[in-house]
Amino acid sequence: MAKEYVIEAKGLKKSYGSNQVLKGVDLKVERGTMLALLGPNGAGKTTTVRILSTLLSFDGGKVSVEGYDVVKEADKVRSVIGLTGQSAAVDELLTGRENLVMMGRLYRLTKRSAVARAEELLKEFGLEKAADRPAKTYSGGMRRRLDLAVSLIATPPIIFLDEPTTGLDPRSRLAMWAIIKKLMENGTTILLTTQYLEEADQLADNIVVIDGGKVIAEGSAAQLKGKVGKDRLELQFAGEKQFAEAVKALGKDVADKNEKDLSVTTIIKNTSADVRKTLDVLAKQKIEFESMTIHKPTLDDVFLSLTGKQAKKPAEKKKGKK
Amino acid sequence: MAVQLEFEKKPKLVLWVMDSLLMIKRSSTHIIRNTDQLLGTFFQPIMFLVLFATVFGGAISQALPPGVTYLNFLMAGIIVQTVAFGSTTTAIAVANDMQKGIIDRFRSLPMANLAVLNGHVISDLFRNGISTAVMIVAGLAIGFRTNANFVDWLLITGIVLLFTLAFSWLSAIAGVMAKSIEGVQWLSFIVVFPLTFASSAFVPLEGMNDGLKAFAENQPITHIIEAIRALMLGWPVGDHLWIATLWCLGIMVVSMVVASWLFRRKTSH
Ligand SMILES: Nc1ncnc2c1ncn2[C@@H]1O[C@H](COP(=O)(O)OP(=O)(O)OP(=O)(O)O)[C@@H](O)[C@H]1O
Ligand SMILES: [Mg+2]
Repeated sequence: MAKEYVIEAKGLKKSYGSNQVLKGVDLKVERGTMLALLGPNGAGKTTTVRILSTLLSFDGGKVSVEGYDVVKEADKVRSVIGLTGQSAAVDELLTGRENLVMMGRLYRLTKRSAVARAEELLKEFGLEKAADRPAKTYSGGMRRRLDLAVSLIATPPIIFLDEPTTGLDPRSRLAMWAIIKKLMENGTTILLTTQYLEEADQLADNIVVIDGGKVIAEGSAAQLKGKVGKDRLELQFAGEKQFAEAVKALGKDVADKNEKDLSVTTIIKNTSADVRKTLDVLAKQKIEFESMTIHKPTLDDVFLSLTGKQAKKPAEKKKGKK
Repeated sequence: MAVQLEFEKKPKLVLWVMDSLLMIKRSSTHIIRNTDQLLGTFFQPIMFLVLFATVFGGAISQALPPGVTYLNFLMAGIIVQTVAFGSTTTAIAVANDMQKGIIDRFRSLPMANLAVLNGHVISDLFRNGISTAVMIVAGLAIGFRTNANFVDWLLITGIVLLFTLAFSWLSAIAGVMAKSIEGVQWLSFIVVFPLTFASSAFVPLEGMNDGLKAFAENQPITHIIEAIRALMLGWPVGDHLWIATLWCLGIMVVSMVVASWLFRRKTSH
């Protein structure tokens, strides 16, 4: 079967005044898969999502969702998509249940369907207890879940999630991931944006990395890692003497060295052969090392090498608190 | 999926009306749950009524036609003033929606987006209606007496509702245009304050200087107040009623068109 793309953007351009935010973005999402749009702050993720979900006009390029033109057939697009924006878009004064039922009705569900579906989603998202409280009393995580539930009320086949886990604690993040995984099992096509590599790595079939409004890399997580990364062997020495001897003995095999840590790194292409070779060199000259580690390339490395920026870690723990 | 989903299969026009009804329900719920504002709806008019009646009553009653008490004179003015200020909450409600993510949610739905404005305007009509009723009851309790018959009351109700709609739509324009929620305040200061105070709401026009009087005599609020006052006190209504009606209809239609146009422009990209 030929691949069927439900979301397609070609040469997408968008400027705010003289500030060109998108400089020709191309992306495609195959039916039933998830694409993660990965990029640092200000990369243009939200702008892209808003254009794809009919909320924002653009200056150049073509965009279609489920075969409909997002400009000319906005209404048709809106009936097949669900959007969870970067900031929670729920009605604060209405209860969780009221929010769900109202949005369901606005999606043109019959009253009975809307009520039944709301009940089902409240259960699924663990919001039963809070169902009849105004949403303004919800915690950040609950609000995010309600927001996602609202976009699923009419079970749209296509979902846009703009940074669904930003600001959530690790537990809420895992809960959100579980919900998203379940959506994927049900065959929903998802476009998710994130600043977290781990999230893209965990969830997405394909990843598009954007920075400064341009696609700078794309592929599966494994492909992206393969692009930058080779495995690396890091050896740690007990003293400066061993360290200096090792650097000399390994010669041009040394890819990186750190005098402070007394560590030496070599690149390994072929795990068993290259590791044995390195260790043999050291053994011959009786240079003892303290520990060794093999580093697999991470998306962090990919990100860093592509954008020159460090990626964010999910839910960075506050250090130094006792 | 456990729940089998059914969708409404009704003509577009019916669906649009349903959207508006849903939005009216939403905005009305806001009004009920917004307890601070609700207190304002009930107590502010009573406070104004009592304050004006007692503070200005003595000084102004000499300027009134013989036999007319200040409270009876004041009633029409204070109703219109309350409604005029009350309608500015439409601006706040609309601005609130426009500033927060919720408008994007509505826009991503296959609904008629203008229903959002309809919801705020119509629910404000309810709120102002209640405010007015509360004020009339309070007035009656402290000595307001009226000669109005049933038809007069119908006319009074009609003109108050029309005026509320007109000003709520005007207010909706401010709400749509505002770049922040505080940005709607010009409406109170530039439109509502001057119009209500430079009118016959609290004092008879006779005492004003010529320039102010010329303005006050011809501006819509005075006509609306005079029409209601005449109906309440059994005075001859004269031209006030139809001029007031035309003003209200005019303001309403123009504001509705402008607000909708601005809203569309802001929400369709
Ligand atoms: N309404 C606007 N007017 C002017 N500039 C804007 C507007 N919205 C976004 N921008 C600019 O467009 C660029 C991309 O913004 P966008 O919100 O798409 O980034 P993002 O990738 O979603 O970032 P974040 O991770 O912070 O959410 C930024 O430089 C931003 O300042
Ligand atoms: Mg963003």
